[in-house]
Amino acid sequence: MENWSLFSLCVLLGLTSRWAVSFHSYSGAGKPPMFGDYEAQRHWQEVTYNLPVHEWYFNTTNNDLNYWGLDYPPLTAYHSLVCAYVAKLLNPEWVELHASRGYESHSHKLFMRATVLFTDILIYIPAVLLYCFYFCDGSSKQKVATALCILLYPGLILIDYGHFQYNSVSLGLALWGILGLGLGWDLFGSLAFTLALNYKQMELYHSLPFFCYLLGKCIKQGLTGRGFFQLAKISLTVLVTFALCWMPFLSDPKQPLQVLHRLFPFGRGLFEDKVANTWCSLNVLIKIKTLLSRETQLFLSFALTLLFILPSSLKLLSKPNLWQFKLALVNSSLAFFLFSFQVHEKSILLAAFYCTHLGFCLFLRLMFFLFVFFHSMLPLLVKDGLLLPYVVTSLAFLFLSLYLLSALERSTEEELRLGIYRKLTRHWLPKLNLSRIIKWKFWFSLVAMAVLSFTSVWLEPPAKFPDLFPVLVSILSFLHFLGFIIYFNLVQLMEPQRKKSQKKTN
Amino acid sequence: TVMAAPVTNDQSWFFALALGVSFLKCLLINAYHSTDFEVHRNWLALTHSLPAAQWYYEATSEWTLDYPPLFAWFEYGLSHIARFFDKEMLVVQNLNYASPATILFQRLSVIVADVVFFYAVKECCKCLREDKGKYLLGKPSFILTVLLLWNFGLIIVDHIHFQYNGFLFGVLLLSIARHFQNRHFEGALLFSILLNLKHIYLYIAPAYGIYLLRCFCFTQSNIYASPESRINKLSIDLPQVLSRLFPFKRGLCHAYWAPNIWALYNIADKAFSILGVKFKLLDINKLPKASMTGGLVQEFQHSVLPSVSPLATLVCTVLSILPALFRIWHRPNGARGFLRCLVICALGSFMFGWHVHEKAILMAILPLSLLAVESREDARIFLILSITGHYSLFPLLFTTQELPIKILLLLLFTIFSLTSLKTLFRSGGALLNPLEATYLLGLIPLELICEFVYPLTVWQKTFPFLPLMLTSIYCALGVTYAFIRLYISLLTCSDSTKKIKTQ
Repeated sequence: MENWSLFSLCVLLGLTSRWAVSFHSYSGAGKPPMFGDYEAQRHWQEVTYNLPVHEWYFNTTNNDLNYWGLDYPPLTAYHSLVCAYVAKLLNPEWVELHASRGYESHSHKLFMRATVLFTDILIYIPAVLLYCFYFCDGSSKQKVATALCILLYPGLILIDYGHFQYNSVSLGLALWGILGLGLGWDLFGSLAFTLALNYKQMELYHSLPFFCYLLGKCIKQGLTGRGFFQLAKISLTVLVTFALCWMPFLSDPKQPLQVLHRLFPFGRGLFEDKVANTWCSLNVLIKIKTLLSRETQLFLSFALTLLFILPSSLKLLSKPNLWQFKLALVNSSLAFFLFSFQVHEKSILLAAFYCTHLGFCLFLRLMFFLFVFFHSMLPLLVKDGLLLPYVVTSLAFLFLSLYLLSALERSTEEELRLGIYRKLTRHWLPKLNLSRIIKWKFWFSLVAMAVLSFTSVWLEPPAKFPDLFPVLVSILSFLHFLGFIIYFNLVQLMEPQRKKSQKKTN
Repeated sequence: TVMAAPVTNDQSWFFALALGVSFLKCLLINAYHSTDFEVHRNWLALTHSLPAAQWYYEATSEWTLDYPPLFAWFEYGLSHIARFFDKEMLVVQNLNYASPATILFQRLSVIVADVVFFYAVKECCKCLREDKGKYLLGKPSFILTVLLLWNFGLIIVDHIHFQYNGFLFGVLLLSIARHFQNRHFEGALLFSILLNLKHIYLYIAPAYGIYLLRCFCFTQSNIYASPESRINKLSIDLPQVLSRLFPFKRGLCHAYWAPNIWALYNIADKAFSILGVKFKLLDINKLPKASMTGGLVQEFQHSVLPSVSPLATLVCTVLSILPALFRIWHRPNGARGFLRCLVICALGSFMFGWHVHEKAILMAILPLSLLAVESREDARIFLILSITGHYSLFPLLFTTQELPIKILLLLLFTIFSLTSLKTLFRSGGALLNPLEATYLLGLIPLELICEFVYPLTVWQKTFPFLPLMLTSIYCALGVTYAFIRLYISLLTCSDSTKKIKTQ
């Protein structure tokens, strides 16, 4: 069968599962007074449509910031405005100022779900297809398999089409950025990534690798000659894009400050809820949230984030090629997730996204997905009433990956997987049977997660520790993420040579 | 290897496909379900609460038991499991009861019953004449498995609209497979069971009858007759049961016209009456009120052409399948000839039958898949019939929420069948000629007009049935064409197949 037909079948399967998941409940469904993320997005449509631009981020009588105030950059606001225009055409009640608070109806749900699907088809899916076509190595069957795995990744599907968010826009734009850089179109790549950054500030997690990669490339081309010009062009593109996005807010100096204040709420503390990062897990042993002052917390998180990012970024700066770039993306997003301030559980999607994409062996991909998933999604999704699609999509992804793994065995991946550990343990534990250990670790983790998810859903926690299960889930996931970040840093720093020649150019 | 992955033997892909489609079905648990859902819940309730003698007399709900007794026993068995999900669904008075546990149970019962279908498909794959392929995607057994397991019509009708066709078609395909494997007693037994599960399979009983009589009953001892009579003893009060099973009071056409000959007949009648009024040949006051595809099931009179009675349709049906039966009698082509005849019987009854449901097209499409992966001409017919037939199922899912699902799934199935069959029969030029391709492409503007453009026009209020009518007419053309081509292929197929001993 020809490639185009196989790819279109993958796309159709991806779209079908997305829309089928959208039949289920959304965040905050039927839960007044605050509802959830779905109501937040609807509220932003209401605010952007009815109020002038300079009031969007400010607390006024018409705009109560405590009720889902805008806390994403301007591009999200513009997107909401466009959706609001369409909503007004279909049913003005959906965006009535004040009167439409908490509006819920079947047709409105269809409309909102349709907006997600539309942006997905427009931005994310073409990026994935192009990515798999150009940047996956292997036979065409392996490319199709990768595309299928990416399109069926449950994390994005459940968050975007279940819980309700627009992650596919920012992730899609970031992917276009990577595509641009990979094809050598640096300006286009920078433009796309800047747009992604202006859509969701979480993309800052990825900005350092982009910066280091481009800087490294320019340096290689010679800082006094072509490199300098290139750097100037890129900086100009970025600045102009920022200016265009923020134009309505540049008239008054108070505006950008307020927007930044909304985007980075440093007043809110080191973490909220149960997140599988260092601070939350550490908090179980020592109550750092109360022990340390706000400034110390900020400083600590900044320092540790920097510590974990610096090695990978410096390596990328010195060797700006695509393989390093991909690894740096994973490392950077993991580091930010584990050590940064006010991290939300959904942010792990950023790291998972790149890991599942970036052509590592399916086995690792599998591991990563599983942990991401159990980590926070379970409590969150159960709260949203999304248990059924969660179970179905994760099992489907699990079986699909296992099946494709056995069907399309790639031996070079094994060397990659084990080479690092072999090098390290060769000296003091030569007799270690690494492959068996890894296999047992995988199945053990699988069982642990299955048990945890079963208990979280069906058993009552003891009265003394009402949050026992979510905390256990977080801690287990955290330990694995820590292991991953160490592993990926090792991979990037020790740079095992990939045997296959890469099509990608610098 | 690290994972010690199971050696990918020949059958792991089958398991992967079956599991994949089951996951898709699970995702659709929350989708729209039609009144058939309440029908089956009612049957669960009445088989559980009442003694068997009263099953066919119970009329609290409008959805009386109109399937044969064996299906009623099947529902009785299910009701014992239903107890653990939600006891309230088993109360007959709880009309339209649809708690989440009820929905979950009923949907899961269909998904689990499909295991029969999976087994049958596996058996059918074993009956293929040759199964060589350069790679997995080009193997006939792989293509057949996808065409059957992921059949658009089955997924839509069973797992959204709600019915138990997968299970029933599993029994049918298993019976066919047994005939291919020369286990004729089992095949006949399975067909008898099938008839007692759903009497619509009477459509294809003539094919079975003639084939078995011709090939075996005149050569061996008459073992065919006994299973039938044994199973019929399970039925309780024959006249009452029959009156529930064959409700002839319903009209010539279902509320939505199935794309058969009578749809074309109706439209011709309507056209003539309009022309007649225009040219003042007819008096408009003498014509009956037009309420043909309004949405209610009722008898109506034709204005210009002669009215059609149930007997007339029966005669037409018999006449349409007679040549095929004769052909099989005189020159049985083994199991493949029997299968071709079966498809023709199904299609003939679809074309000319009384009060035919559009879902009955599946009875022709599914068995035809077996022939499609083996012969080029059959692949061609299959493509036209399946795409047109599946499209004609669209009006079953009229909700906006299901619109993307049905379009996406139809595209999925169509693209797969087109490209895989094209690759399978690569040698010998294009599979579809330009006319056929244009006809199939014409479905796209038809869909756009009927579901996107028309609802926005003023005519939506005055002539709400027009899109349905357009759909049936357009599809009726395709189905008729497929029927004719199938007949031609049966009557002209050479006897060279006799030399290859398929037995």
